[in-house]
Amino acid sequence: MTDQTAPDALTQKLLQRAAPGRAEFEDLVIVPIFAVIAALILGALVMLATAVDLPTIGQSYVALIRGSVGSLNAVSETLTAAAPLVLAGLGLALGFRAGLFNIGAEGQIVIGGLVAVIVGFSVTGLPFALHLPLALLAGAAAGAFYASIAGWLRATTGAHEVITTIMLNLISYRILDYVLRQPFIQREGRADPISQSVLETAQLPQLLTWIDPNLRVHAGVFLVLGAVALAHWLLFRSKIGFEFRASGKNPDAARYAGIRASLIIIAAMASAGAMAGLAGANQVLGVLDRATPGFSAGIGFDAISVALLGRSHPVGVLFAGLLFGALEAGGRQMQVDAGVSIDLIGIIQALIIVFIAAPLLVRAIFPWGFRKSRQERGA
Amino acid sequence: MASTIDANLAPNRPINVQGARRARVTGMVLIGLAIFVAGLFGLDAAGDATFRLSRPNDPFALPNLVVPAAPFNYIIAAVLAFLGARLFLRGGGKWATLSLGIGLALLVIAFLVWATAGKSFSLTGMLQATMVRAVPLVLGAITGMMCERVGVVNIAIEGMLLAGAFTGALMGSLLGGVGGLMAAIGIGGLFGLILAALVVTYRMDQIIAGVVINLFVLGLTSYVSSQVLAEHRYLNNAPVFRAYKIPLLGDIPVIGPMFFNQNIFVYGALVMVAVATYYLFYTRMGLRARSVGEYPRAADTLGINVYRTRYINVTVAGMIAGFGGAWFTLGSVGRFDENMTGGRGFIALAAMLFGRYHPVGALMAALVFGFADSMQQKLALLQTPIPSEFLAMAPYIATIIVVAGVVGRTRTPAAGGKPYIKE
Repeated sequence: MTDQTAPDALTQKLLQRAAPGRAEFEDLVIVPIFAVIAALILGALVMLATAVDLPTIGQSYVALIRGSVGSLNAVSETLTAAAPLVLAGLGLALGFRAGLFNIGAEGQIVIGGLVAVIVGFSVTGLPFALHLPLALLAGAAAGAFYASIAGWLRATTGAHEVITTIMLNLISYRILDYVLRQPFIQREGRADPISQSVLETAQLPQLLTWIDPNLRVHAGVFLVLGAVALAHWLLFRSKIGFEFRASGKNPDAARYAGIRASLIIIAAMASAGAMAGLAGANQVLGVLDRATPGFSAGIGFDAISVALLGRSHPVGVLFAGLLFGALEAGGRQMQVDAGVSIDLIGIIQALIIVFIAAPLLVRAIFPWGFRKSRQERGA
Repeated sequence: MASTIDANLAPNRPINVQGARRARVTGMVLIGLAIFVAGLFGLDAAGDATFRLSRPNDPFALPNLVVPAAPFNYIIAAVLAFLGARLFLRGGGKWATLSLGIGLALLVIAFLVWATAGKSFSLTGMLQATMVRAVPLVLGAITGMMCERVGVVNIAIEGMLLAGAFTGALMGSLLGGVGGLMAAIGIGGLFGLILAALVVTYRMDQIIAGVVINLFVLGLTSYVSSQVLAEHRYLNNAPVFRAYKIPLLGDIPVIGPMFFNQNIFVYGALVMVAVATYYLFYTRMGLRARSVGEYPRAADTLGINVYRTRYINVTVAGMIAGFGGAWFTLGSVGRFDENMTGGRGFIALAAMLFGRYHPVGALMAALVFGFADSMQQKLALLQTPIPSEFLAMAPYIATIIVVAGVVGRTRTPAAGGKPYIKE
């Protein structure tokens, strides 16, 4: 089967590279746009089915836009929500490029965030210029370590990373619950599991408090831009990034070319975990100032969608993260204004991914805007 | 990108090199376990461990099983050390998995004895809970197996279970238990159909399709439960299927309560194991299904409709998952909570791998996981010095160990994960 289709796909790829334009434009622009539209329409149908009346549906979509880009505060919320999604999404994208389907960003965020908090309040007497980087690095390192457990298992025993990372996610929640109850972590005078607050010197400073003290956007946005650039360099300019991509595209060929598969698996998982750990650190040092059970808030799972939507390309992940951050921020507004549960956003996000990942489906629903010639293999 | 994931599920490095290394690593692990058991469970255990095998009013009561804790655990440590040393020195990949399995079983026994030392503990109660907790896992594993045997990787078991649980609670509240069960089976089938459509007709990457279905179901059920069920509580109050004791068989000590004094979900799961085994390995349909999973082009040439076979099997598999999902609500609490499946769909996937794509194997594997799951619950009662969070990790850690220890040695259906394009 593969020997039949592989040359076909190859010629198509080569042709695409020779003549970029229409086909890439369809893939990168039209499909996502239609995907978002189709998901919003289906979301409206879901609301209809749960006895939400039409004016409220209209109101909720207006609130979705107002809450995401309608004001300075909305943009600030969007950026705040997007930052960890982009960071974790970048990590997942690195893994996807290396052929690893790492679903463990959630656990890596939990562990990374937890360690960043601990460094953030327990290390005292350091100036801001040292303490913050230290806390961020500690978060990244913890995430990298946690992810590389799955990588190591995959490399040495062949245990599939989908299962191991999910189990590591579940384990991380328990670790979090346990650690937060320890006396040197738990906030004094509190019976519930909650950590001490991060010291001022380890907090990511908020950027726009001089305009309005409620604006939550923080220096994490620079962290995000730096991470996008780093991931781009790592993937497309560095030797190890080339090895990631080679192993992802064709593991056998990569192995025969002398790329050490097990090393690449562990390195890819570790760098993915570092990014996710950074996302966790970003959350606790920039937004929450402390760790509580469930502080990860499912970011790691949304990040899977972000990485898929961004086609595992750092710049794509950036835009996908912004879109999902906007949905998140808008969803909160929607809940306040129209009384529609924010969980609807989860449905819309999942639907967007369905349409992105199955271009044939989008083409079947929206026949306009696509060239006929690329469809003939579908029949 | 993701389409290459499954290509190296079973790396084809030279077998004996890998086998020898595996044997050495396993040997070292076993020796480590021996030291661990002797040092912790042996030194620290005082008194006798009493295991209750019967309840006082059972017709055929067995006496309690009394084990002197410390000496028993030293013996276990010695056996572990022997197995480990033998494996480390003599190698032999064939023995590695078996020894590891025996070693882990011994570890669990030693742990139980240590935890119970000086106290008494109802073994029968735990075994009964083991069977109950194995239900969604074995049904989920059969779901995964039915899909994988026709060449469709099903990561969406979790979502299908969740959908079944939700529908069971909602429709069970409206129509009663049986109606809820039927609706749950139907909704599971619907998601099976959706998965089949996405991966067969629209050739979406199978792992992405599964992940997306999980996200979608999680979003949908959470949305409806917070938007509708939170307000109208009568919609989330379903009747629960009670246990039905089979006469005579239910009175057998230990085994009786475990297998023959349960609700319809347990009986259903056991029947499904038998039916799935018969279907896959003893019927023409099953043979065709397996051939589609191994070599779809050959099957196609012989006149088997690959697409239709995949559609039917994945849909039926979804129905099984829907039934398993109903267990969460109609089989236990009668109420739906957000994300109540808690990763069991993925543990089921591990059970499928562990059971080597065979329904009976899946049952055994599910019992192992069910044991880990019920152990963490029951041990909380014994007040061991281990924090409850670590006990709660037990099923997840067991899953990782199993997947790491076994997966490389399972043969997966050859066409798994690849879309078939008819010429």
